[in-house]
Amino acid sequence: MTPAPTPAVAPRSDKALRPALQVDDLHVHRGEAHVLHGLSFTVAANRVTALLGRNGAGKTTTLLAILGLLPGTGSVTVDGEQLLGMPTHRIVASGIGYVPEDREVFSELTVAENLKLAARTPEAAGRMDLVHDVFPILHDRRAQAAGTLSGGQQQMLAIARALLNPNRLLLVDEPSKGLAPAVVIDVVEALERAAAETTILLVEQNLRVAHRLASDVVVLDHGTVVHDGAMADLFADEALTQRYLGVSGA
Amino acid sequence: MSTFVLLVATGLGLAGLYFLLAAGLSLIFGLMDVLNLAHGAFFALGGYAAWTAMDALDVIEPVGLRFLLALVIAAAVGYLVGVVVERLLIARNYGDHLVQILVTLGLGFAGVAFLGGLYSYDPRSLAQPEWFADTTTVLGARIPNSRMLIFAVAVVVLVGLLTFLNRTRHGLIIRAGVENRQMVQALGIDVGRSFTLVFGIGGMLAAVGGTLGAVYFNGITPGLGTTQLIFAFIVVVIGGLGSITGTAIAAVVVALVQQMGNFYVATGVGDIAVVALLALVLLVRPQGLLGRTAR
Repeated sequence: MTPAPTPAVAPRSDKALRPALQVDDLHVHRGEAHVLHGLSFTVAANRVTALLGRNGAGKTTTLLAILGLLPGTGSVTVDGEQLLGMPTHRIVASGIGYVPEDREVFSELTVAENLKLAARTPEAAGRMDLVHDVFPILHDRRAQAAGTLSGGQQQMLAIARALLNPNRLLLVDEPSKGLAPAVVIDVVEALERAAAETTILLVEQNLRVAHRLASDVVVLDHGTVVHDGAMADLFADEALTQRYLGVSGA
Repeated sequence: MSTFVLLVATGLGLAGLYFLLAAGLSLIFGLMDVLNLAHGAFFALGGYAAWTAMDALDVIEPVGLRFLLALVIAAAVGYLVGVVVERLLIARNYGDHLVQILVTLGLGFAGVAFLGGLYSYDPRSLAQPEWFADTTTVLGARIPNSRMLIFAVAVVVLVGLLTFLNRTRHGLIIRAGVENRQMVQALGIDVGRSFTLVFGIGGMLAAVGGTLGAVYFNGITPGLGTTQLIFAFIVVVIGGLGSITGTAIAAVVVALVQQMGNFYVATGVGDIAVVALLALVLLVRPQGLLGRTAR
């Protein structure tokens, strides 16, 4: 795909942006492994922040801990509301959307049933048109079992589930993983539409996708933050991207 | 020919009992990953609840109406006890399989001992309408009406369950939860409420099975459910965990194989054939007839 020259949201100009998500001193264990070591970062409201890092850096673990799917210590607040310790369903019901890595659609349910299940707010019925506008294929395939969709269509469904409800914060994990370039463009455009109305924390291995969507970036390494700042600065600095991500930026 | 028809009809009656016991077990394991070893006690509880209701309501005539009321009361008792057990004993132990096994195994033993202490270990016969003992001639075979009734109730329960699972939001949540419980939570749904509901439904179905089991086996004993539980587990595994339709098909297959083997070969061979069938399914299709591969 061809990356856009500028990110979807205006670049970060100062530190006075209102924080939507604040993670402070977050520690998470997975089994015997201590994965997150006192993680602290801020996600500014109404912007897209990319959470980057090499494999095993703790990106997905961070999202799961924010969602309450992994227990942790420290503090995770959204608009000042403490999430840590709350059950997952309450965290999500408070306005946190989630697009998981590997889609995790319910393969035995139809597309329509997957969307029906995700509709948790009164606004969801009215937003079905938006979802079908963004992903018309889902309307065409509404009676089809989700497990029989292609990988790209499953990703669209996973994103559509999140778009169905108005969210304060959207957590998106590897949306371009394993997708054909043409499908990646559809997915990116859908996330750009989502970014117009909500704050997004995006985990993404594809640096070009991250650059196109995100204005801010947080880089993790071995469960700690090693860099944060403007996405454009990281993308433009090949030494930084090599050092933190092991890849070239521009 | 008439013997074969009679065996099939009797087998279908037994299949109805297996289905009623196994359906709840399958949903509970499929959704909650809980191997409920106390499920047999719910079967016996249902039988005794119906027996007690029949005794207490003896002023009600005709007997058929009384039996219907007893069946409803037993179902309600099974549901309520299931809900209480889930809330008090199971809810705090999700994810800890060893504790779950110990708790449900202990509850199963305690349930049998409790019922034995309350009602004695001697069989208690359930008052039944005369029609139950009558027969209907089908293809030259005189089929006991009770067998047809049990099968009919199981079919009604199957249709009701499938309607519930496919047409209601609770059913949608349960179907999704069987596939990926964590993702259901990540959609903002309190899956714990579904757990309680499913445990209650499981208890209810087992209790209905126990009431009809008292008819099929001409009486109820505290350990009757535990005896049937092993076959119910076999039905669940063959049918595929969490699949109600698979459970129904497996119940029929297991009951017919058991009946035919025991009659045409020798007593006990049918039971061995069922275990052999289980081994075959595990070898050829470990996820069961309509189950999914491991998630």
